[in-house]
Amino acid sequence: MASKGKSSFDIYMIGVGGQGIGLLAEAMARAADHAGLVVKGCDTHGLAQRGGIVTSHLRLGAAAHSPLVSPLGADLVVALERNEALRAARTYLQDGGVLVWYDATLQPLEVRLGEAPAVTREEVEDECRSAGASCHVVSRDDLEDPREQNVAVMERIAALGLMPGVGSEHFKAALGDLMEGKSLAQSLALFGEAP
Amino acid sequence: MKELGATLLRKDAFSEIVIGNTAVVRAMIEGGTRVVTSYPGSPTPEIASAIKSMPAAERPFYFEFSTNEKVALEVAFGAALNGHSSVVFFKSVGLNVAADSFVQLSMMDITGGMVVLLGDDPGANSSQNEQDNRHFARLACLPLLEPADAQEAYLMMKEAIALAREKRSAVILRMTTHVCHAKEKVSFGPWRPEALDRRPRFDSEGWNYIPLAASVLPLKRFALKRLEQVRERFEASPFNRIIDNGNAKRGVIAAGTARLSLLDALEGSAEPPDILELGTVIPLPRSLVMRFLSSHEEVKILEELDPILEAEIKSLAYDALLRTRIIGKVDPEELIGEYVPEKLRAILAATWPDLVAPPPSPRQAGRKVPDRPPQLCPGCGHRTAFQAVRAALEGSDITVADIGCHTLGYLPPYRMGRVLLSMGHSTSTAAGLSIYNDERRVLCFMGDSTFFHAGIPGVVNALFNSHNVTYVMMENGTTAMTGHQDHPGVGRNFNGEAPRIPVRSVLEGLGITNIREIDTYQVGKLTQAVKDAVAETGFKVVIAKHPCMLKFTREARRKPGWYARHVRIDTGTCTLAHDCVERFGCPSFQIIEGRAVVVSNDLCIGDGSCRQICPSGAIVNAERA
Repeated sequence: MASKGKSSFDIYMIGVGGQGIGLLAEAMARAADHAGLVVKGCDTHGLAQRGGIVTSHLRLGAAAHSPLVSPLGADLVVALERNEALRAARTYLQDGGVLVWYDATLQPLEVRLGEAPAVTREEVEDECRSAGASCHVVSRDDLEDPREQNVAVMERIAALGLMPGVGSEHFKAALGDLMEGKSLAQSLALFGEAP
Repeated sequence: MKELGATLLRKDAFSEIVIGNTAVVRAMIEGGTRVVTSYPGSPTPEIASAIKSMPAAERPFYFEFSTNEKVALEVAFGAALNGHSSVVFFKSVGLNVAADSFVQLSMMDITGGMVVLLGDDPGANSSQNEQDNRHFARLACLPLLEPADAQEAYLMMKEAIALAREKRSAVILRMTTHVCHAKEKVSFGPWRPEALDRRPRFDSEGWNYIPLAASVLPLKRFALKRLEQVRERFEASPFNRIIDNGNAKRGVIAAGTARLSLLDALEGSAEPPDILELGTVIPLPRSLVMRFLSSHEEVKILEELDPILEAEIKSLAYDALLRTRIIGKVDPEELIGEYVPEKLRAILAATWPDLVAPPPSPRQAGRKVPDRPPQLCPGCGHRTAFQAVRAALEGSDITVADIGCHTLGYLPPYRMGRVLLSMGHSTSTAAGLSIYNDERRVLCFMGDSTFFHAGIPGVVNALFNSHNVTYVMMENGTTAMTGHQDHPGVGRNFNGEAPRIPVRSVLEGLGITNIREIDTYQVGKLTQAVKDAVAETGFKVVIAKHPCMLKFTREARRKPGWYARHVRIDTGTCTLAHDCVERFGCPSFQIIEGRAVVVSNDLCIGDGSCRQICPSGAIVNAERA
């Protein structure tokens, strides 16, 4: 778990207001708690519910003190959008870390105004390569609602074992703490549970 | 968490993952708080969300959102005079509004005790400044506790409630953004409910509550004496701790979240300094600080924002002829922003280069990632209003912003509302801008919640002194920016039905007859109304009225028969004028292959307000999926 003398496992999450970073962050923290890990975290929103950037920090292990992950200090970066995947990979992903991201695109203003070219999937992959980091892209065409993209990403994190010690059963328990009814059933279905 | 209300009301001790804002609510319950008041403002609104999660009939205390922070503080004060333990909470700059009453509190014998919970915002994450409200505690002679995380927020809130009750005083709990929102598993104690004492215990014979002229000085004497008693209590407080790393040379005194960032920065350090962690910041536990100073050769002080501890600690050392080298803020950057781990690491590395390495430099690679500034929601009525105002004005005219979602109009592509001070300032700043000004017409914006908060005096002044201002009331029927709290114009308060006080009725009651009221989405009519209003002299009101679309859509989704509505671009008609993208600026419009416009159905809410602005009429309602 340790890297570069740091004994906590640090996760930085990013997306755009409305994409469900709040649920993602809460479920990730609870999944780690169900797995018996000490968790500290913090959502940073500010004005971000207005289509701005939403980020969340999660630190695992008793050695974490501040709830905030340091720049270039994240063992794992989770992004729900392509521009934000590139942004976070560049600013928060540590050398040799892991990026997992959902390939949705919500164009920033500069791109819409033609002042900057759109970010491509290759740019995100190149960024990871130059940091010696591994890159996992998630893109599913079986989602009924884009608001399930956050759960699809968690499913991949669990399946690939990207959070040490935290497995599918812990994520499912976390979702059960937070959701009920149809939305819970839909989320569990993404984890392969029959409805 | 789906069962938050039931969890908060548990009788037994338990632990749960919560944010600081939720943790303090459990402290209020366990601590016997009876009256809680607030005005919404980040980083504190989640305190009210946690309160709301408890069914009204089971809530052990009364809660209200008052019309502003000063009013909220006074309601909490009055309740405490009758013996009810009370809490008032609001954001950093809210204390400026409350200050006129707040500064009197230390002279009062507050029977039930009251806690003033502040959500300060170092880093200005969601505020117009990053003011350090510890100054206000000093000014007002009131004790202040400063937690670093959610567990401590809970424990210190309980201490603040108990201290306030014991000393019949006001006590400040100063949280900061990343304490309010920090989450961890917090261990809570049991709740032993006590019967509510309904006797109104206000006793004007037992205390002089009128601080006037000659009576002020003895009351101030009393306030200072009470503060000294609190200092004695703080000298032994468990919230101040020494971490003894056996380092006789170097020490650090740290408070607030800087304590946590410090511990992170020191991980793996071979010779870490000794640390004095301060949780009870005002009044300073002087003996404890002196013992720590005198047992080290060098002491660095780590406190976010202003050098308040530094000034007092240095003066203590001066008086005691101490030879310890005290290192305060050296670089002006140490006065600015949050003491996040990387910032603290940089400060520490500059202080003692052998102790820790500076944080890594930014990774150099690739082109700049496009910025993503906050923007108005898809379908927001403010966007349409800005279109109309822009069309009605000339380039040199002056537009004055106020606080609310519509503040975001200053960003491109609208550039509307170009000066901002505080809640409700716009009318009076506009009035000043209109003096000796016959060339550039002056228009100000204000939201309806802000109108009730601090907007009315400026309107009255504009009438009283005959100012030449066009006043655009952006009426969306809620307090949108902070999470849709009800305000006096809505007809509902936190606890249920309430008398509705329409903004228009208030304006008419003031004698204003020049009022134009237009549905915000009628861009042509609104443009004409603003054009007509700015051409007239005097105080003219244009009410742009429509419910907040975010709230409206969320509520509509829950109703039976709802289905997702969208617009689409009729590509045969579209002339690629790009007005929808470049002038209207709704984020739902995205560009593909450099030119063509498509509508993102993930963002579009189908309000259709954009259809009016397309010069070729290419935006059409999409067929039902």
